[in-house]
Amino acid sequence: MNSKMRFLSVAAMAALISACSAPGEKKPGGGTDEKIFGEQGEQAAGEQAGAQAETAGTDAEAQALAERGEMAMSPLDDPESVLSNRTIYFDYDSSKVKEEYLDILTAHGEYLAEHPEQAVRIEGHTDERGSREYNIALGDRRAQAVKRLIMFHGVSTDQITTVSYGEERPVAMGHDEAAWSENRRVELIYAGH
Amino acid sequence: MRRSRKLLLALFALLLPLQAQAVLEIKITGGTEGALPVAVVPFAWEGAGAELPVAVGGVVADDLRRSGRFDPLPEGEMLARPHTAQAVNYQNWRALGTEHLVVGKARPMGPDAYNVQFQLLDVFRQAQLTGHSLTVRKGELRSAAHRIADIVYETILGERGAFDTRIAYVTERRPSKDERRFMLQVADTDGHNPHTILESKQPLMSPAWSPDTRSLAYVSFENDQAEIYVQELATGHRRKLAAFDGLNGAPAWSPDGRHLALTLSKDGNPEIYLLEVDTGNLRRLTSNRAIDTEPAWLPDGRGLVFTSDRSGSPQIYRLSLTGDRPRRITFEGSYNAGADVSPDGEHVAMVHGQGGRYRVAVMNLETGALRVLTDGRLDESPSFAPNGSMILYAAEAGGQSVLSAVSVEGRARQRLSLQAGDVRDPAWSPFRN
Repeated sequence: MNSKMRFLSVAAMAALISACSAPGEKKPGGGTDEKIFGEQGEQAAGEQAGAQAETAGTDAEAQALAERGEMAMSPLDDPESVLSNRTIYFDYDSSKVKEEYLDILTAHGEYLAEHPEQAVRIEGHTDERGSREYNIALGDRRAQAVKRLIMFHGVSTDQITTVSYGEERPVAMGHDEAAWSENRRVELIYAGH
Repeated sequence: MRRSRKLLLALFALLLPLQAQAVLEIKITGGTEGALPVAVVPFAWEGAGAELPVAVGGVVADDLRRSGRFDPLPEGEMLARPHTAQAVNYQNWRALGTEHLVVGKARPMGPDAYNVQFQLLDVFRQAQLTGHSLTVRKGELRSAAHRIADIVYETILGERGAFDTRIAYVTERRPSKDERRFMLQVADTDGHNPHTILESKQPLMSPAWSPDTRSLAYVSFENDQAEIYVQELATGHRRKLAAFDGLNGAPAWSPDGRHLALTLSKDGNPEIYLLEVDTGNLRRLTSNRAIDTEPAWLPDGRGLVFTSDRSGSPQIYRLSLTGDRPRRITFEGSYNAGADVSPDGEHVAMVHGQGGRYRVAVMNLETGALRVLTDGRLDESPSFAPNGSMILYAAEAGGQSVLSAVSVEGRARQRLSLQAGDVRDPAWSPFRN
């Protein structure tokens, strides 16, 4: 799961970078990251993020580190932060966000409102039962429901993209309720985290 | 027409890399009760080498068996192997209970072609019902056999056969834990001659045949969102047709091939639109806060059926292009989705969920009577054969996704599976004339 998230986020960042850079400026690896995201001190690239997690503490420290031009930890990389919860689960054939996830989505909404430079990709998924295209539509509804709750906190539409994979990208491979309940989900994917 | 088809097939062979591609394995899983006794004698080979490059008679017999309407005599039980009507001893075949007999032979015609002749005989009347001579290119012998099966089927049953048509489907393999390979493939209806139309590391879905069978519309996630492409089979030329914000899915060609009905969520919610293929003009057909998706055309081109959960659970609705309010047509079961309309417009096949099982059901559009046809747990994606005789669908078997086919009256069943990997999202082509 973690490696997949990392892979996806690195891929998403790569996409973002290529979208942002002028053709001549494109550089491989961390140099480009620094150039685009460096000022914020938030986008610790890939592997370094984990190492930093042990040394960096609060937001203030992170800020201080950032001002000294060093890598700093974003709350997005803090496993203790509520923002580390990036998957929410749904009932069968439902796109209604359950109450237990509202606090998590509030935290993401507030974070994104405070960090207008930060983008998030909201992915909707379903279990394998029933019709495939209906499931794509259901995943779309789930992603839209989460998007609305996040936007409520003053997040710009520019910061959010949604996509539905329906039943095409299960995380659990079984054909029973245990697998299905894990697959009925929305994932929040932050570029670079 | 025939010539253009040959040309098309020739181009096909040139443009697609000849990679070793896994053939779907067919297993007949359902009975042959009430099937007509027929015998297809192995065809004689009048060329160099010991035998025919393709066992034409065997392919014909297999086709007829798969339809569920015929019960071909096993080769081992044949008392003689005549190749022409003159050589047939009708008494022998009558004694075996055979009602119809197919005999034939093949010979080379120059370096690149074969000539195949066959006769269909009525054993009791001791008379020929039909006889044909077909000349085909090398490499088209299987296709010739399917055409013979079509002629036999139509002569005896009075309805057109659909053996010489094709199926499109999606396969998925997992070379490693984090790696997935999707392929959009087209094959003969017996799973032979598979060709890969597109390969991707991202999901591919929902192939839809153009009415002229020359192109497929499909959904690809190659750009990290569901987008609709149209691809010409002969040239491989592909065009992105819909990539609006949100989902672009469920493409369905109008019977005249000029429009695609599809689902877009660009306005915030999955709704059904009509896209004019040449101009890109869009017209919205549904407007509802619920999910509206999976359009399927009625054969007259004046209306569609689709899935909507506006009543709280997914059900099938019918709309006409004149703009009447959509009308709900399914009332049995908690889940009805993914409809396909029969070619005569009289029936709708769908995924029917009840009691935690998802099976394929067929509903009579006039009476509303619904019949469950399959017995799986996770059956989906029903697709009618162009003659309406069978339905191809995806099912789960032993943790794998396989294709299954069932005859519309429910008698014949068969399974098409890959040895390693999943097969799903089947779409049976229209007739290719």
